Amino acid sequence: MSSRDGAAGPPALAIRDLTVAYRDKPVLWDVDLTLPRGMLTAIIGPNGAGKTTLIKAAMDMVPTVAGTVEIFGRPYREQRRLVGYVPQRTSVDWDFPTDALDVVLMGTYGELGWVRRPGRAQVARAMRCLEQVGMTAFARRQISQLSGGQQQRVFLARALAQDAELYFMDEPFAGVDATTERAIVELLKTLRARGKTLVCVHHDLQSAPDYFDWVALLNGRLIAAGPMAQTFTEENLVRTYGGRLPLPAGAGAAPA
Amino acid sequence: MSAFVEFLGDYTLRTVALGSALLGVTSGVLGSFAVLRRQGLLGDVLSHAALPGVCLAFLLTGTRTPAVLLAGAAVSCWLGAAALFRVVEETRISEDSAMGIVLSVFFGFGIVLLTFISKRGDAAQAGLSTYLFGQAATLVWENVVTMAVLGVIAIAAVALWYKEFKLLAFDPEFATSLGYNTRRLGLLLTSVTVVAIVIGLQTVGVVLMAAMLVGPAVAARQWTSRLGRMLAIAAAVGALAGLSGALISMSQPRLPTGPMIILSLTALVLVSLLFAPERGLFWDRRCRRGRRLRRPAADTAEEGAP
Repeated sequence: MSSRDGAAGPPALAIRDLTVAYRDKPVLWDVDLTLPRGMLTAIIGPNGAGKTTLIKAAMDMVPTVAGTVEIFGRPYREQRRLVGYVPQRTSVDWDFPTDALDVVLMGTYGELGWVRRPGRAQVARAMRCLEQVGMTAFARRQISQLSGGQQQRVFLARALAQDAELYFMDEPFAGVDATTERAIVELLKTLRARGKTLVCVHHDLQSAPDYFDWVALLNGRLIAAGPMAQTFTEENLVRTYGGRLPLPAGAGAAPA
Repeated sequence: MSAFVEFLGDYTLRTVALGSALLGVTSGVLGSFAVLRRQGLLGDVLSHAALPGVCLAFLLTGTRTPAVLLAGAAVSCWLGAAALFRVVEETRISEDSAMGIVLSVFFGFGIVLLTFISKRGDAAQAGLSTYLFGQAATLVWENVVTMAVLGVIAIAAVALWYKEFKLLAFDPEFATSLGYNTRRLGLLLTSVTVVAIVIGLQTVGVVLMAAMLVGPAVAARQWTSRLGRMLAIAAAVGALAGLSGALISMSQPRLPTGPMIILSLTALVLVSLLFAPERGLFWDRRCRRGRRLRRPAADTAEEGAP
């Protein structure tokens, strides 16, 4: 699975007929989504549309009612090492007694397997990942003493340490400062240039067309998916958000 | 002074002090993970769930040998944990309510059995109720050896799966995405915690054991922001509480050991909560103004970093 020549081989992600329910309440209905390699994809939709559930289902983290997911042509179980994950920053307790480097090292646990501890090679790699997000100086900083943006960068560095081909990121831009937002955009573009495929849950309709080149519009069902220019239309957005389109054209803050 | 040395040479005292310290070390280490996973109450549920096991083991075997009773305790502890996880997974009952249910049902059943045994009135039953609040004076050297073996097993398990337990406590979702079975991992950690609880039942008893899990961890967290050091400090705090509690209670007639250990522990926790640097309340109040001034400076550093 080392081929990085874009279109060749199976798609990075192929979801077919995916249905997910929490207890009796359906969250995702019959989603079909195929993403080519090397794309920066945004998953966009209103609150409760199932965006997070979609990426969790793709990673086999929530039970599915029906459907199949293939990562580079094979089930997730066999391809785990090719997938990196950035959970929502608020999903963990940042008062946990550990430092930034230690969190990044967790990205190497997948290859280490049970019992084996990270060694010198893993530490060196984790430091390189911290460097890529501009956090070298904070390696030994306790994580509660980092700002929200810095914490997000630590999570990104941890995903980099996974050295994956396909990355799922849950709202990487949520609650970060402008500097971090620019740094993250740069990082995503660097990863794309290296042939990686990135799938981000994204909230800000304003910045979406600038940051991403592919989009999946979701509201329980998949409304539309495809290249940004053809898919991110007002008509599709109205269908996704119903009458409650959060940003009518021209409104809202200008992008930084 | 020489009286004190003589006092230390005393067999009962040495046994009790060593046993109490051992219990403090293991419950400090395992309790740290429980506290970090926000499952401080789990210890309370598990230790109360031990009581019916102690009674049933006695009823089935007719012996009061601690090893047998503690084996029974471990089994019913573990069943309590399994029942708890099952209730949380299969029903809509929230975790705290489920803990309340499991704790009361198991403990209630244990008390029923205890009463039944005491009503039978045979001489052998004497001593079972010491498992409620513990009675360190009943410890013999053999018990301490058992405690030490169990303690080494528990600590070795933590050393072996340190990385996995840390990941589970910090970010279980990420652990799942890496392919770890977090359900199994959680059960493993809980099983090791059961071992730590069993170690304390004779000395501290089922009612107060939860404090031995939570207290050292809370105190240790005040003094450090690194997990490894937190485990070491929690072990030291637990040992100190066990040792001092045992010494105080043995130096005076009619002072119970278990409750004395908990009181010593409480004193250590209070000192940590008040006076620990950075996290202590005292420190916090004195530095609150200074900290407010320092925060923005940290943010500028971030701007310059990339």
